[in-house]
Amino acid sequence: MQKYLKRAATLILAVAVLAVGSASCGDGDGATAESYKVGALLSTTGGASNLGVPEANTVEMMVEQINAAGGINGRLLEVIVYNDETDAAKCANLANRLIEQDEVLAIIGPTTSGNSLAIIETVTSAQIPLVSCAASADIIEPVEERYWVFKTPQTDRQVVAEIYTYLQSEGITKIAIMTATSSFGTGGKKYLESEAGDFGLTIVANQVFDEGATSMISQLTVIKGTDAEAVVCWAIDPESAVVAMDMQTLQIDLPLLCSHGIANMDFIAAAGDAANGVIFPAGKLPVVSYVPQTDPQWEVLTTYKADYESRYTGGVSTFGGHAYDALSMVVIALEDLEEGLSLAESRAAIRDNLESISGFVGTGGIFTMSPTDHLGMQPGSLALIEIVDGEWTWKQ
Amino acid sequence: MSIDQFVQYLIVGLTDGSIYALVGLGFTIIYAVTRIINFAQGEFVMIGGMLSYTLATSAGLSIPLSFLVSVLSAAAVGAMMYLFAIRTARRASVISLIIITIGFSIFVRGVAAEIWGVSNVRPPFFSGKAPVSLPFVDAVITPQAIWIIGTAVVVTLLLHLFLKYTMVGKALKACAVNPKAAGLVGINARTMALIAFVLAAVIGGTSGVVMAPHILASYDMGVMLGLKGFVAASIGGFKNPIATVAGGLLLGVVENVAVGINWGPFTSSYKHVIALMVLLLILLIKSGRLASEERAA
Repeated sequence: MQKYLKRAATLILAVAVLAVGSASCGDGDGATAESYKVGALLSTTGGASNLGVPEANTVEMMVEQINAAGGINGRLLEVIVYNDETDAAKCANLANRLIEQDEVLAIIGPTTSGNSLAIIETVTSAQIPLVSCAASADIIEPVEERYWVFKTPQTDRQVVAEIYTYLQSEGITKIAIMTATSSFGTGGKKYLESEAGDFGLTIVANQVFDEGATSMISQLTVIKGTDAEAVVCWAIDPESAVVAMDMQTLQIDLPLLCSHGIANMDFIAAAGDAANGVIFPAGKLPVVSYVPQTDPQWEVLTTYKADYESRYTGGVSTFGGHAYDALSMVVIALEDLEEGLSLAESRAAIRDNLESISGFVGTGGIFTMSPTDHLGMQPGSLALIEIVDGEWTWKQ
Repeated sequence: MSIDQFVQYLIVGLTDGSIYALVGLGFTIIYAVTRIINFAQGEFVMIGGMLSYTLATSAGLSIPLSFLVSVLSAAAVGAMMYLFAIRTARRASVISLIIITIGFSIFVRGVAAEIWGVSNVRPPFFSGKAPVSLPFVDAVITPQAIWIIGTAVVVTLLLHLFLKYTMVGKALKACAVNPKAAGLVGINARTMALIAFVLAAVIGGTSGVVMAPHILASYDMGVMLGLKGFVAASIGGFKNPIATVAGGLLLGVVENVAVGINWGPFTSSYKHVIALMVLLLILLIKSGRLASEERAA
């Protein structure tokens, strides 16, 4: 009797699992009768959480606003957000889940350059468009091999050029660089090294640190013993804050230039008064109050800032802005999507629509995509920002 | 490398090394008494750090009081870990128990992420953050670093006295040397195991409170610290607290002086790799010795 009960229980369990399993499968065309399904891979925990959380918040806010206004083409927008925990392996798994199980039409994110680079193969062979929120130029170059991949943040190369232009104008010739060993950091390091000569700069000290490193004093001591006139740091906010604080501890009085990876309040909160005097290029979002009303981006910037800050604490950041730009462009692509296409055809059509976006006014800049440029950001999108008294100011 | 720079690397190395040593002591104590490698040791440190942040800022407790409460809480978690996770599985093999500690560490991290979120936080410095310049050399040390090194010295001293001169300490050592013989002379192995876990949690929690202002606290700070502490403990052979502390200090100094050498493989690129290389070396050397010890036992 015991044996038969056990077998019956196993059978019932198996049937139940199968039932649940088949219920969670999509119906094959990327949309239920009511909604368009888009995927999002964001790092809401792990080392890049300060970037991923505003991105996820922005996505949540936008979905509500869009659906409250009637959706897209009469259908609701559904964004399935997965947390990749700033881990490339997890990101790759979740990408497959979005593509195969959830059958989404497009994916926005990931948050970090490392995770974005990790899934380029995946999205290319699955033939699904990806709009990344990460910085490395390698994400969209060489463009012949990045047919399905787009991105919204300024590339590391553009930001390096902005930093170097400023240093050159200040008459500085010798610099020290401190970079993280992450993909973002090594990408920045590559361009910092290759572009230096073009701006009359010599790198006299070249130090690296790991993500999650909590003390940079040794690396900075090496730098202190050189004749560097400025320090350029390429990392996101936790590590950059440690660099700023340790420079203060060692009484290194040189200007500190950072990447656009510190464009959130968490950097200022972590670094305290060591953040003052730090200069970094970023989109105009942190310095909206300085943007004149005649600037074509003014309306988008002020509206996004007001909306975000009325719903979420922590202040606005460029990272939420990157997600806003990415999802907005996917929405534009969906608006032109024909009815009745198969999943594969829909994904290809969305990709084509993304590539033909022209003059989209976003928070990071004005975007005009093309077959040779999958970032499409027009000049004038970067602002040189200086932190004064714990606030962002536009250094013009 | 100038003398000033070398002294600076030494100072940073001793600070980092003290941190590794304190974490390593927890591994050593638990392994010596129970033969379990407690992969949740880093989490005791994290609890100390995160709790001290909340108590000192939101609850407004004074630093000594938040220290006390944080350490006691870590001790409570250590006791609960032993009683509910380890003792209940007492018939399992040592390997299974080690895996249980891994599971427990994942659980604690998850709870911490729920309570505190995922951002880094910094509890207030004990004595401010104005660096102290050293005489004769152009090097500085922060007040918090002095606290960290001082804590490591005091903890090591107290532990040594405890193990050598108190009855409970001697009973712990007896368990470490030969659990069966200790049982024969009336030492209750389960009580000793509980004491070992609580002691490791107290040391872990203490180190967490004192290091959090220096290195930033977060829900997953225990992972990397656990790894470094594990390396320190393996240098000490998982048996001798003094050797563990020496191992931790050595690791910290080697890591930072290597950065300063700035030549060949000794650069900042390999700073974290050094801990793992040392671990590999230790395992290669010791595996031979451990194997022959097992055969003799």
